[in-house]
Amino acid sequence: MESLSAPWPWYVGGSLVAAIMLILVLLGRYFGFSSNFRTLCAALGAGRHCSFFDYDWKAQRWNLWFLVGAVIGGFLSANYLSDHHVPDISATTVSQLHRMGFASAGDAYYPIELFDVWTVRNIAIMAVGGLLIGFGTRYAGGCTSGHAISGLSDLQWPSLVAVAGFFIGGLLMVHLLFPLIFKS
Amino acid sequence: MRYTLFILLGIVFGIVMYKAEAASWFRIYEMFSFQSFHMYGFIGTALVIGIVGLQIIKRRQVRDIDGRAITLPPKQKSLSRYLIGGIAFGMGWALVGACPGPIFVLLGSGLYAMLIVIAFAILGTYVYGIIRSKLPH
Repeated sequence: MESLSAPWPWYVGGSLVAAIMLILVLLGRYFGFSSNFRTLCAALGAGRHCSFFDYDWKAQRWNLWFLVGAVIGGFLSANYLSDHHVPDISATTVSQLHRMGFASAGDAYYPIELFDVWTVRNIAIMAVGGLLIGFGTRYAGGCTSGHAISGLSDLQWPSLVAVAGFFIGGLLMVHLLFPLIFKS
Repeated sequence: MRYTLFILLGIVFGIVMYKAEAASWFRIYEMFSFQSFHMYGFIGTALVIGIVGLQIIKRRQVRDIDGRAITLPPKQKSLSRYLIGGIAFGMGWALVGACPGPIFVLLGSGLYAMLIVIAFAILGTYVYGIIRSKLPH
């Protein structure tokens, strides 16, 4: 139980994610989480006036079950498999984040200043972030699971371009925009 | 019923993402700041096992559970859609500190602010569906 409640090292995480991807392939499916956003649009009736959502979304119901499982997994982890889990991020990162106004860095799983404080700025950050994620994943045809794990494992070069894009976007955000967004 | 299998796999996925910290905003920030090997090791391990596993499945012509030949759908050839779409997603990933899977894992962990992210991600996907014919692909 000790090892269950302690944080898991990266090689355990990476190995298990690969195992999940391979099991899904053996089940005749494809590991790609962001497809669920499209499925949800279709299930909400977007197919009536937009052909992109007019398809047999019910064939994707297995992925929605996977999504439900992910939510349950998060619940179990936070409530039964962890004891105040704090990621052991580097000291440089902690001091940098402290200077940016994130006092919870090094003391919490997520920045409470961002997610537990309901300011207009924070809500705008979540809304813009959500829009970029929903729009970007569908434009790029996949997210970290569909491209960085499934696509790269299948040695598909479009996935390499997509993952390069993910990193360019992430670097732009953290190095150019964060100094403007998070002014302490 | 097979759907219990997918729920079970999802539960394992959720626990792995949470416990190995791929669902932590701090870890994503640290990755994009090149201040730790953690996330690179995570993705790298998954890739090594994924590449070897898929090669074995393909070379041995393993069939899936229903007896069908295993073929992963090839991605459309394009540069602009992967680059522009990828950059948009990468910016959102860094801002929210979670990619689509972990967003739902965090919701389950009790981080209800993720409901806003999810609602707008569905809206973002809808916007893509509406304007996709005007975008370079």
